[in-house]
Amino acid sequence: MTQAQILAPTLPEQTVWAERVSWIDRVPRWVSMLALLIGFLIIWQIVYLIELVSPIILPSPLETIQDLFVVGRNLLTGDYMLMALWITTQEVLLGFVIAVVLGFGLGVLVGETAFGERAVMPYLVAINTMPKVAFAPLFVSWLGFGIASKVALAAFIAFFPVIVGTAAGLHAADQNARMLFKTMGATRWQALVQLKLPIGMPHFFSGLKNAAVLVVVGAVVGEFLGGGKGFGELIRVAAAQLNTPRVFSLIIYLSLLGLATFWVVAWAQRRFVFWHKESVTEETLAQ
Amino acid sequence: MAVLSMAGEAVAPVGLMGRPVYELRGVSKTFARRNVHALDKVDLVLREGTFSSIIGPSGCGKSTLLKIMAGLQPPSSGSVVLEGKPVMGPRRDIGMMFQQATLFPWRTTLENIVLPIEIRDGKAAARAKHDQARQLVDLVGLKGFESVYPNELSGGMAQRAAICRMLITEPAVLLLDEPFSALDELSRDFMNMELQRICLERNATTFLVTHSIAEAVILSDVVYVMSPRPGRFVEAITVDLPRPRTLEMMTDPRFGALVHRIRSHLDKGAFQ
Repeated sequence: MTQAQILAPTLPEQTVWAERVSWIDRVPRWVSMLALLIGFLIIWQIVYLIELVSPIILPSPLETIQDLFVVGRNLLTGDYMLMALWITTQEVLLGFVIAVVLGFGLGVLVGETAFGERAVMPYLVAINTMPKVAFAPLFVSWLGFGIASKVALAAFIAFFPVIVGTAAGLHAADQNARMLFKTMGATRWQALVQLKLPIGMPHFFSGLKNAAVLVVVGAVVGEFLGGGKGFGELIRVAAAQLNTPRVFSLIIYLSLLGLATFWVVAWAQRRFVFWHKESVTEETLAQ
Repeated sequence: MAVLSMAGEAVAPVGLMGRPVYELRGVSKTFARRNVHALDKVDLVLREGTFSSIIGPSGCGKSTLLKIMAGLQPPSSGSVVLEGKPVMGPRRDIGMMFQQATLFPWRTTLENIVLPIEIRDGKAAARAKHDQARQLVDLVGLKGFESVYPNELSGGMAQRAAICRMLITEPAVLLLDEPFSALDELSRDFMNMELQRICLERNATTFLVTHSIAEAVILSDVVYVMSPRPGRFVEAITVDLPRPRTLEMMTDPRFGALVHRIRSHLDKGAFQ
């Protein structure tokens, strides 16, 4: 008698069973996001109602939402707030472009040449450790109260991650790929353009994403410290008037600017680094 | 059957009298900085249409030898001549393949294959080679995957594409550095047979570095056994199994005897 014949009568027909997924992992994304937001607003309302914090410095959620509409209407009708937003947007975009161009150039110098790595990098690291915001008064005195000083500060704060991303990217090509390029008789320039830069794209883009966030910080801080007519100035004025709902709603609109820059970079990454799986998943997480 | 070398001089095996394609004479390599004597007076002749392998323990200088033959490193002494011209750097008539396929994920299979042409002659020349690349794709059995990106290829398929990339420049010699050792054993055996078919079809002159005795024997006309530090050829063993070889030949007593012979050399070296 074979083994199968012995076992056969006692074997059940099916042994199908369901994998358990705990409920917290099954909640749809929009439900969990909405629940978090509502929970946050409720806690905020409670804190406001029991006056845990003085109402002068913490507005109620309702006041803030109302003010969001006021500011929104002002922006839509093209009033002075839209002008302010446009100024800050210009600062952010110009600062970003300068940070990317400068950061990429220095990144290639540092990542590709021994001179850059040995001589230039230590100075860049030293500059990066300085509190860059402290340079704001200098930029104002050099470049005036217009947007130039804010652009400079924004670019100055944002350019370092681009250098690091570019340089790290240039080191990302492995030994095999470098050797392969050598056997094909590639020049240094060809190895850079056809191998090291494309392979380094994911690193470069994570540098860009950091820069996209920092550049908004730089522009707003520049406006706090150097005046002008941007969104930062509106926030400063509202805060000075203890108009806290206005401060909150301005910050929320400002964060949209930051999100927009970030999304443009993330979109470009998915478009140009289509072959890198992590770039694509990172992107879906960011949405 | 086998020809023992005296004092490191490899003697050309009898019965392989094709035109010499690649010749190395007295090639030595010393890394002064690390004070390592990697290669000691290596003599080697690769004849047209033959398949030679080199086998030896790790650190015996196989990779150094291969890099010198590929023009990636200069020898410390000796002469390295391919097709009558000294090898003084990378050349388009040297085809190379590594353990990793190293295809670039932003290029399709076809674009990866013509990369060596693009590097040497530019984009237009590479485009002109697309037809030839398609023929190579047929040759290695990758038809239908021309415009696929490499992350959709399996390990074996990626190595097939790497074979095409190596062949696109029509090299005089193929240098293979453990090309299939990253694959699982079944794919590896299969790819070795494919490699044989491709080499026979193109009458290629091939030089393989490997760690696998069975692989060396089943593929080669001559197997060079190398001793470690300083690397030198201990014996050149002629494999007289008929072509085309099949995997079944691995059960042939002659195959077993050759494996045994190589094994005994390597074991001797290991305990010195």
